[in-house]
Amino acid sequence: MAGQLKEVRNRIKSVQSTQQITKAMKMVSAAKLRRAQDAIVQMRPYAQKLQEMLSNIVSNIEGGASLKLAEERAIEKVLLIVITSDRGLAGAYNANVIKAAKQSIADKYEAQFKKSNVTIWNIGKKGYEALSKAGYKTDAAHKDIFLNLTFENVQAAAQAAMKAFENSEFDAVEIVYSQFKNAATQAFVVEQFLPIPKVENKAAKNIKADFIFQPNKEALIAELMPKILNTQLFKAVLDAHASEHGARMTAMDKASENANELLKTLKISYNRARQAAITTELTEIVSGAAALQG
Amino acid sequence: MTLEILTPEKKLYSGEVYGVQLPGTDGLFEVLNNHAPLISALGKGSVKILISKSNTENYTISGGFVEVLNNKATVLVENVKEA
Repeated sequence: MAGQLKEVRNRIKSVQSTQQITKAMKMVSAAKLRRAQDAIVQMRPYAQKLQEMLSNIVSNIEGGASLKLAEERAIEKVLLIVITSDRGLAGAYNANVIKAAKQSIADKYEAQFKKSNVTIWNIGKKGYEALSKAGYKTDAAHKDIFLNLTFENVQAAAQAAMKAFENSEFDAVEIVYSQFKNAATQAFVVEQFLPIPKVENKAAKNIKADFIFQPNKEALIAELMPKILNTQLFKAVLDAHASEHGARMTAMDKASENANELLKTLKISYNRARQAAITTELTEIVSGAAALQG
Repeated sequence: MTLEILTPEKKLYSGEVYGVQLPGTDGLFEVLNNHAPLISALGKGSVKILISKSNTENYTISGGFVEVLNNKATVLVENVKEA
């Protein structure tokens, strides 16, 4: 009886310490999530102004703009930029991103994949490990962006992708990542990065002002486009970052809850065992005393 | 005129200024009050904010854009160092 008591007591202790860890992780993730969301909010004015400038220029140009980065070729070689996290314990977050990547290859680039013309650039360690193991052609050059998440590092990755596209090393570039909706939900998306979807001339009617363009409109667009792509990838990375912490927060919250339930049932069985032990002991004493008197 | 300097990571500067000197790709230029609408690419160099005629602030940039419209100048830069 006493042996079982001790066992249950140990079990309770271990569940309690696990719960402490999951609770702490939840708090940490909540704090990091707030910071990640702040970063998204901080970059929004920049991204908006960039888009605004582009539409201001495009609305002053007759017809569309032709650009090397927008060139559509027959797709033979494909690059996927897959953004996952560096750490696990985030529920199904990483698994879902990887699944989305595999799904997109299977759906769209089956033929290219068979000729091993599908390359994957991984941002985040988890995706790199899983996809290398699954036999995809991976490249870890930009894996460690999350160790030091700055715009410059992301920019380096974006520029490498643009250069490779310009040199016809790839004919299409897509980003696979998780869009941040709120702490509990993420949308796993595959977004076209290159070639740039056509610049539309929809704002042509409302020319707001007679701008002076320096050096000229075409050169400006050619300079503006890479910046927009940089911000697009940066936004994807920030979104993924926020999603990771959101997913971890939810997962850890669930884990703490489960631990609570487990503790409840364990405590009941502990008390039951304790009661039983006391009852047996009492019976022994009483019957012993009765034997002496008799 | 109002000046805003935006980077992808944060809003670097925002406020009323007397003018601003910018390193355009075609050469240095200055934007003062009531400047005509302008969109220009910027090259390597330093942005000099003239908060007043004597009080200035400097930033080193490696490229970016500026838009001037209705007495509001918005500078977009990626890599900035305070100088």
